Amino acid sequence: MTMKRVLIAFSVLVIFLLIVPTLVIVPISFNASPSFDFPPKGWSLQWYENFLTDREWLKALGNSVLVAILTAIVATVAGVLASLGLSRLKFRGKSLLENYFLAPMIVPGIVIAIGLYSLFIRLDLLGTIPGFVFAHTIVALPLVIINVMASLQGVDPRLAQAAASLGASKARTFFTVTLPLIVPGVTAGALFAFVTSFDEIILSLFIQDPSLQTLPVKIYRSVTQSTDPTVAAVAVVTMAVSVVVMLAAQLATRKRKALT
Amino acid sequence: MVGLGDRGLTMSSATRAIATDPALATPPASAGRARRSRVKWGPLLLLLPAIAVVTMFFLVPLVDVFIRSVTDPEPGLQNYEWLLTNPVNLEVLARTFLTSLIVTVVCLLVAYPYAYLMTIVGERARGWLTLFVMLPLWTSILVRTLAWMVLLADTGPINDFLEAIGVGRQPLIRTTFGVALGMAQVLLPFMVLPIYSALAKIDRRLLAASSSLGANGLTSFFKVYLPLSRPGIFAGSITVFILGLGFYIIPSLLGSPKEAMVSSLIYQQVSVFLLWGQGAALGIALLVVTIIILVVFNRFVRGASLAPGVEPE
Repeated sequence: MTMKRVLIAFSVLVIFLLIVPTLVIVPISFNASPSFDFPPKGWSLQWYENFLTDREWLKALGNSVLVAILTAIVATVAGVLASLGLSRLKFRGKSLLENYFLAPMIVPGIVIAIGLYSLFIRLDLLGTIPGFVFAHTIVALPLVIINVMASLQGVDPRLAQAAASLGASKARTFFTVTLPLIVPGVTAGALFAFVTSFDEIILSLFIQDPSLQTLPVKIYRSVTQSTDPTVAAVAVVTMAVSVVVMLAAQLATRKRKALT
Repeated sequence: MVGLGDRGLTMSSATRAIATDPALATPPASAGRARRSRVKWGPLLLLLPAIAVVTMFFLVPLVDVFIRSVTDPEPGLQNYEWLLTNPVNLEVLARTFLTSLIVTVVCLLVAYPYAYLMTIVGERARGWLTLFVMLPLWTSILVRTLAWMVLLADTGPINDFLEAIGVGRQPLIRTTFGVALGMAQVLLPFMVLPIYSALAKIDRRLLAASSSLGANGLTSFFKVYLPLSRPGIFAGSITVFILGLGFYIIPSLLGSPKEAMVSSLIYQQVSVFLLWGQGAALGIALLVVTIIILVVFNRFVRGASLAPGVEPE
């Protein structure tokens, strides 16, 4: 029993170190003085005001949201189709194909980044919305596939057969039988894709150009080139967006578990 | 478990260990196969968009990197020769391995007790422990690193505290310590989850059996429990290690140029010096090392999981 107490104390400390250090950014974003002092010497909303009135920051925010939405759409459509395809395949190459889709998760980001940089120079895709969307889709797709495959696992294939035997076309079977059953996985996958894109930095650093930057790129530039505390306010806003979207994804998977 | 932690993170992480969750490894029941076998290319058609995107924006760029590494500025292996003979490269590679190793060991030591606690508490508490270890993944690495920059700064709160208690200011940021701390915080979930899933499969009656045969707690742990948890330790360690090798943001913000890891070197060669061939050769080396580690690991774990009491993965 004492051992369990020690373990609990240890784990509480671990949780503390995992979560609390990041939160230090919140009070700093309300700092009255133009510094990263902690604890702040006074309170103000000036850094949020800066963020929300600066055209460059707002443009980056707009780009990030647009790219994340488009990435979520592209990755979800391609990912759902691929998962359906994978679940119907049963040849030896199947796991190979699965690993092919998941490979971008383990290949070091910097290697993909210089490859995309090289490719985008040739295709003239640097600093373009399509460039960002395709690049982000590569790292978002595995998450969609993992979530949708997990959902499909819980679907009884006889349901689709029953629909087909009753005369439903393949498309109709998918939209009226299969899709409603895997909606939680698809939703979670889409939300994961959104956050992945919204927070993506390494690929973005290479494929951006001055005309088109996303929020993480601007944050990185600001951190490395200036000491403007506006970046703290931006960081808090991006953190809030990620956390809210991930909470939604959690709720979606909860429902999935409740269903199966 | 799937769907919780496998966030993409910024450095295209989430992991094979988590990605190839046993749930995915089991072939999906597709009883309809016989019916559909005559339209065999139906499923392939569904796979087409994904294959096209991944090929065009993942495989082609990687091949491109490889080609550049052996053709830029001229055909030949001079970039690899440079890679293996330039002392700075070897130093950076060694430091990258060492940092990743330190992070792996730290994560292992922290994650094992944490994962063990997850196996001995109730369902509800386990849910919370899982949530808490996942929670940091919900925030981007960039934001978390920014927070560490503030905390570890020479005039930051930790140093203020150290000075107040008489220890004096210490170099925290721009040190390997700072880099390892930031990386360990990000990578911990990738250690906890595989270890937990290995520990959860261990039949606890084996411990009762060993103590009934006269072993004390420690002996039972080291002779029975620890060996059975090996697949999880391997999976978690390999994942953390290979993800750690490719870190870029944290070393560049929490380390000094003196702590540069291989990713920073690649960035420098390509973006600053425009020496594509050399940057590409470093990238290919990093990729090959990652693949070799994974392949060796797969062999290793297959053998290890034959141990009794542990379900083969």
